[in-house]
Amino acid sequence: MRFGFMLSEVTEGLRRNLAMVVSIILVTFISLTFVGTASLLQMQIGQMKNYWYDRAQVAIYLCTDVSPEATCPRGEAAEDVKLQVQERLDSPTLVPFIEKYYFEDHDQAFANFQEQFAGNAVAQYVKPEQLNETFWVNLYDPNQSPILTESFAGLAGVEEVKDQRSYLDQIFLILNIASLAAVSIAALMLVSSALLISTTIRLSAFSRRRELGIMRLVGASNFSIQLPFILEGVVAALIGSVLAGVTVLALIEFFVQGFLAESLPFTSFVGLSDGMLVVPLLIAVGIVLAAAASGLAIRRYLKI
Amino acid sequence: MISIQNVTKKYKGTPRPALDQVSLEIEKGDFVFLVGASGSGKSSLMRLMLREDVPSSGSVHVLGENLVGLPARKVPFFRRRLGVVFQDFRLLPNKTVSQNVAFSLQVIGKSEGFIQEAVPDVLRLVGLGEKGDRLPSELSGGEQQRVALARAIVNKPAILLADEPTGNLDPTTSEGIMSLLNTINLGGTTVVMATHERGIVDQMKKRVVELSHGQIVRDQVAGGYGVRD
Repeated sequence: MRFGFMLSEVTEGLRRNLAMVVSIILVTFISLTFVGTASLLQMQIGQMKNYWYDRAQVAIYLCTDVSPEATCPRGEAAEDVKLQVQERLDSPTLVPFIEKYYFEDHDQAFANFQEQFAGNAVAQYVKPEQLNETFWVNLYDPNQSPILTESFAGLAGVEEVKDQRSYLDQIFLILNIASLAAVSIAALMLVSSALLISTTIRLSAFSRRRELGIMRLVGASNFSIQLPFILEGVVAALIGSVLAGVTVLALIEFFVQGFLAESLPFTSFVGLSDGMLVVPLLIAVGIVLAAAASGLAIRRYLKI
Repeated sequence: MISIQNVTKKYKGTPRPALDQVSLEIEKGDFVFLVGASGSGKSSLMRLMLREDVPSSGSVHVLGENLVGLPARKVPFFRRRLGVVFQDFRLLPNKTVSQNVAFSLQVIGKSEGFIQEAVPDVLRLVGLGEKGDRLPSELSGGEQQRVALARAIVNKPAILLADEPTGNLDPTTSEGIMSLLNTINLGGTTVVMATHERGIVDQMKKRVVELSHGQIVRDQVAGGYGVRD
């Protein structure tokens, strides 16, 4: 089949089913916008993980006089406990995992605390000796924090070994649930747009069943019978996915970069370059979905 | 050209086969009438020749192809070498006469140049040289069937299958269609025509194959429709 002729068949089909074509465009547009948002959210989570996990440290809190009896029966950690911890951190078994560590005494902890909670009432009541003396440890691989936990958990004078990532994990859990929700909605919408595409194409085929009958009779190949219908679905879905791509980029430009990034200046956010990775994905998903749905829909008109 | 051997065709839900051990040879350039009452198996036989159906048993060879084993993807290419017309013309109502004929060439990928030459030629051959721009609804039944014939032969098929082509036409118009079919046959195209019409068969003096209850009961050179019953 000649290209020009096929193009006129496709245009004819699109024109004849205009209302349905518009609904395909809208449904693919919305569903792919959800897909795009979900992927951006995943990218954002990845980016934040990289950023924060690199900064997350493992804290080895030493006992104070106000520590609970159960973990610190002897009260304030003595000088020999600090030496013991330091020795272990420098021992050949741990050295390969540790990038660096430093010790924070009561006064430094107090200074940090005052800075962190400046203006807060709690800052006035806390005293230096209530704050733990702490060994802050940076690991080469933050995933290996259990090694430290195991090495120091039982040591007398150590109140707790805490991986800061455990705080972050809660935040990421919430973000993950949000992106999972977006993905589920996107999946549902994609299913409905696939069904809509196949219904529309079936309708289009039905309104052209005379042509189809004649095409089969005179020996048009299955491919050339199918192609105009598949293209019809693909063209409609393509328009929808381009709209979704534009929306995702606009979301990044105006909402993420324009609003979020300015109100939360210390967090790194996804940018247009990340969006540029998502847009081809959306277009590819739109095209593949439409081609598969309309190809399947037209199949039963091809029985010889 | 067409060789049918021991063909039996059963349809689901009916105990009696539509075709029962039918064998038939049709040579190049033949003009064959398939006659018989409704339900005698004429249409089933035509469907097998067009590979719209495959037999339950037996073999069908058309134009050197074994239609029983022909894979589905090769069927379109086989059909390009055949022309078909039906009782109900099957024209596209929103396309002109020329566009109707051109459509069948466009969908098999013929070039615009070829189409622009072949369509007026074939319309002149069927006597519609002046009516290329008309819509089917503006034509008489006979003229519509001529358009269908033009569409069937524009690609120069070796075989023309005609399933009751005069079924919807009055006797005078039918005569015109028959003489056109004869002209096409004289040009070397094998014509197989299923019909009910006694007058036409008697007049043409061509080979007659009569079917009854799915069996061939008569195969006569230069025969008539048969005994009046």
